[in-house]
Parts: sequence; structure tokens; C-alpha cells
Amino acid sequence: MNSDNILVIDDEAQIRKLLNITLQSNGYKVAHSATGGEGLSAAATQQPDLVILDLGLPDENGHVVLKKLREWFTKPVIILSVQSGEEDIVKALDNGANDYLVKPFRTGELLARIRSALRGAAIETNSPVIQYKTFEIDLVARTVKINNEVLKLTVTQYALLALFAKNEGKVLTYQYVLREVWGPEYTNQLQYLRVFVAQLRKKIEKNPDRPEYIITESGIGYRFVASE
Amino acid sequence: MNVQLPFGLTLNRLSKRSQYLISIVTVLSVSGICFSLHNYIGVEIVAFIQLLTLTVIAMFFDILPVLLTAFLSVVIWQFFFLKPMFDWHIVDTADEIMLSMYFVIALLNAVLTYKIRQIEKIARQKEEKAQVLKLYNTLLSSLSHELRTPIATIIGSTDTLLTDANKLTADDQQNLLLEISIASLRLNRQVENLLNMSRLESGFIEPKKDWCDMNELVYDVLKHLDEQLKSHSIQIDIDENLSLFKLDYGLMEQVLHNLIYNAVQYTPCDSVIKISAESEGDTLVIKVEDNGHGFPEEEIDRAFDKFYRLKNTKAGGTGLGLSIVKGFVEAHKGTITLHNNIHGGATFTIRIPAETMLLKTVKNE
Repeated sequence: MNSDNILVIDDEAQIRKLLNITLQSNGYKVAHSATGGEGLSAAATQQPDLVILDLGLPDENGHVVLKKLREWFTKPVIILSVQSGEEDIVKALDNGANDYLVKPFRTGELLARIRSALRGAAIETNSPVIQYKTFEIDLVARTVKINNEVLKLTVTQYALLALFAKNEGKVLTYQYVLREVWGPEYTNQLQYLRVFVAQLRKKIEKNPDRPEYIITESGIGYRFVASE
Repeated sequence: MNVQLPFGLTLNRLSKRSQYLISIVTVLSVSGICFSLHNYIGVEIVAFIQLLTLTVIAMFFDILPVLLTAFLSVVIWQFFFLKPMFDWHIVDTADEIMLSMYFVIALLNAVLTYKIRQIEKIARQKEEKAQVLKLYNTLLSSLSHELRTPIATIIGSTDTLLTDANKLTADDQQNLLLEISIASLRLNRQVENLLNMSRLESGFIEPKKDWCDMNELVYDVLKHLDEQLKSHSIQIDIDENLSLFKLDYGLMEQVLHNLIYNAVQYTPCDSVIKISAESEGDTLVIKVEDNGHGFPEEEIDRAFDKFYRLKNTKAGGTGLGLSIVKGFVEAHKGTITLHNNIHGGATFTIRIPAETMLLKTVKNE
């Protein structure tokens, strides 16, 4: 059992109630707010370990709430919204959301994303070696091992994989990855990313056509999954 | 079909034949008037008057009648006005140049005016398209919220009930079931609203009228809203001897349901919602009144518009509820008005002309 605190900011009483019961029965402590204003002050006073934020709030646009929250809040934020357009998702991720789940959602999926986001948050403060079940990345020695075998990677392949691994479970937008790995002037060069992701998949996936590690979030970006 | 004209004028579209006819008659009449005045005005003035006539015709008609007008006015000007009169022969070179100039100006005038109209038409179509798109997006986003939220509740609750059953208390399980039930009813209501809207849109709403007891109708509606009304207090003011009215029970049920539901949704908890019905001669007057915050005055006129949602309102809602109310009331040939109360809150007043029957008459039978 865990005892992480989760703050739910959603104006729909039904969703709050559902999340309350589901999260509590999975061992989380839950607090909730019905408006953006209440949510921001609850986040400040209660210091939750994770925030679940709806975008359609009555007092303020969820994107604005997210921006305000990100001015000081460093823990994971998961967006839970009916808005399913790529534009909204990319905007939220760019504004600092760790993950985005569209309503209706499966509670199993939400719980997995919560676990993954909380784990990611823990890794950031930990040692330079990132370790998952079959994966080990040593950020100092710049080596990657899969099932204890060292992978031969080019500099860019390594940079890409390291970026994914540091953000395990989190959706990274194409623009973000391009900026981080290639530089700000490459944010429109999606073809680079496609080529290098394909190369990486060939090296790390059992079946590159059905990837298990580097998952495509269509129209948005990639999610690296190594621990589920 | 209306034709939009420059400067915001509109005109019923005329058939091609009428356009030709009007063009010819106009050119002939103007020429006739000019001819009767030709001793007082010079040939240049006549040319200007005819060009003006051509411009006016070009503003209203299609390109072919306009070109015909241009051609006709050139011919008339040459034959009847340019000296020597009644002669196709032109003596003076200056006159020859003037005639060619007149011809070119007339043609240019016709074509340019027509082109301006075309450009305006395209711009207008673009604007209309953008507005439709905006409306469509607004509708889509409010609909997706209204439909996906209850679906999310149902899927989420069943997921939790199925996978985490052993971790849930009996109370939690009961609560999740209750949420599923509320969400299903909400979904049902939205689907009902959408279906009603499409019925109204298709224009085939024919009230099936029969004798209705307003008391029964109101209590029936309240019974279905039981769950939502817990946070509000309801006052009913209907004389138990109020006459029966010939109305469509189903449509009126929906009207009251939407009005009361609306009042519950958009007034603070513990607000009072007052429902009254009385007869004024052959007119049934129903009022739904609340003591909430009222409507912003500038938005009252738009409150019944389809898909219209008040600014600064809470998320959710399709903007269909009140437009359906209006549609159904109007299907009964009635009216609905909305005004803010002096001491806060708002009142919806429905007036429907209806056949009445005194309850006493029925009871004595």
C-alpha cells in the first residue's frame, strides 16, 4: 500500500466521487476541489504528491490553472479531460503536464499512469543509474544494458534513449524531444525523430513493429514504458 | 431566396427573364425621359445618366442582362442622341472617339460592378462558413463534455467495481452503483434533448393534445428530478381546483423538466424554486421562479437561442434545454418570456392558449 496524497481538481461531482472511491481503495489519500481557484490554494496548502486536473473548469481555463500551478509545483500533474484534440493534449504537455488521459478512461489505465508518474518523480531525485526490470541506463558511464547485455548506440541514439528513460511513463511531445536532443532549431524536423526512433526500436524492441518500450502517442509524441 | 447586394441591400432573386425585361424597360424609360429633355440637356449629360442607370442595374442583376443593358444604352445613345440624330452614321471624329469611350466605359462599368458583387459574395460565404464552423466547434465541445462525463463515470465505476471489488467497502460499492445510475439518467436526458432538438429542427412537432391536470404534471416532473432537487427547496402554487387544459402531456413534461432542471443547475444550493400555474381566461400561465443570481440583462434575449450558453457559466450543458422549451411552447402556439426579479433570481413565464375544462364539471359528472 502507498500513502501518496492526490489532489483532484474537477468540477464534476460524479468524477470526483468516482476518483475518490477508486483512489482511496488503492491506498491513496485523496483531496478534491471543484474550481481552479480552490485547486490552486489546495495544492499550495496540502502539498499533494500528484495532481489530477480537469481542463474544463468553471472559473478558469484548465490550461491557465496548469500554468499557474507549474510556476511552483514540481510534482506530477495528470490531465483528465473530455477534450481529446491533439492541440489540447500537446498544449497541456507543453505547459508541464506529465500525462494526459481522455475521459472516458479506464480506471486501471489511470492507476497505471499515476504509479508511473509517481515513480518518475522519485527517479528524478535519485542516482545517476536508472534501472527498470530489464533495463539499466548509467547516465555517468553513458551505457545502456538490456537483460545485462550492453547495447551499442550512437551518440544521438543514446541521447534519445536517455531522455526517454529519464521520463519513463511520461508522454513527450515531438517538439520537446527534438528540442532536447537536436536543439531548438530542429523542432519541425519530425523526420529525424521518426528515423532515430525506428533505429532504437530495432535495437531494443523484441518486435519493432509492435513496440513495448517506445509507444507512439499518435499525433502527440512518444511514451517510454519500461516498468509495467 | 434572397440576394445580398452591396451596401447591405437585399432583394428577392428575380428570374432571368424578369431581369432582362426590367433591364430593357429601364433603359427604354430612362432614354425616353432623356429624349423628351434633349433640347435642354447636352448629349454628354445623357451619357452620364445612362451610365448611372447601367451601374444601378449592375448592382442588382446578373452579368448577361447587365451586358445587354450596356449594349442597348450604347446603341440608343448613338442613334437617338449623337448628332446626326436617327442616323447610324458618325460624322465627327470627336464623336467617334466619344462613342468608343462610352462603349468601353459602359462595359467596364458593367463588368467591374459585377466583379465587386462576386468578391463580396465570396467574402460573405467565407464569413458564414467560419461562423458555422465556430458554432459546430462550440456544439461539439459542449456535447462531448455532456456525453463523455457520464460515460466516464459509468466506465470508471464499473471498472473499479469489477477489478477492485475486494478493496471496496459495502458503502463504496453502493455509492459507485448510485453514480452509475445518476450518470445513466444524465446520459438519457442528453440523448432525449438531442432527439427533441432534431424533432424541432425537422419541423414536424405536432402536439397530441389531451386533457392535462397541471398538478399531476408538475408532481410527475418533480418525481423524476428527485435526486437533483435534494439541494434545493421547491414551492408549488397550483390551485387544486385549477381547470384541466388540453395540452400535449409529453411535451409539457419536457418543458417543465428542462426549466426546473435548469433552475437547479444554475442557482446556488438551498435556493428556492417556485412553480405556479393558473388560468387567465382561455390561457394557461405557468411560472417557474427562483431566487438565485438571475440572468445577466444583456444575455436575456439570447437565453433561448440554440446552443447558446451564458458567458461565465459553469462547464457543461449543451445549450439545448431552453431552446427546446421555447420550441415546445411555440408548438402549442404559446409564448415564453424570461425576466429578472426585482429582489434577485429569475422568472420564466409561459402563456399557452388552451381549451379548458373546469374540474368541478368533471367531478360532478
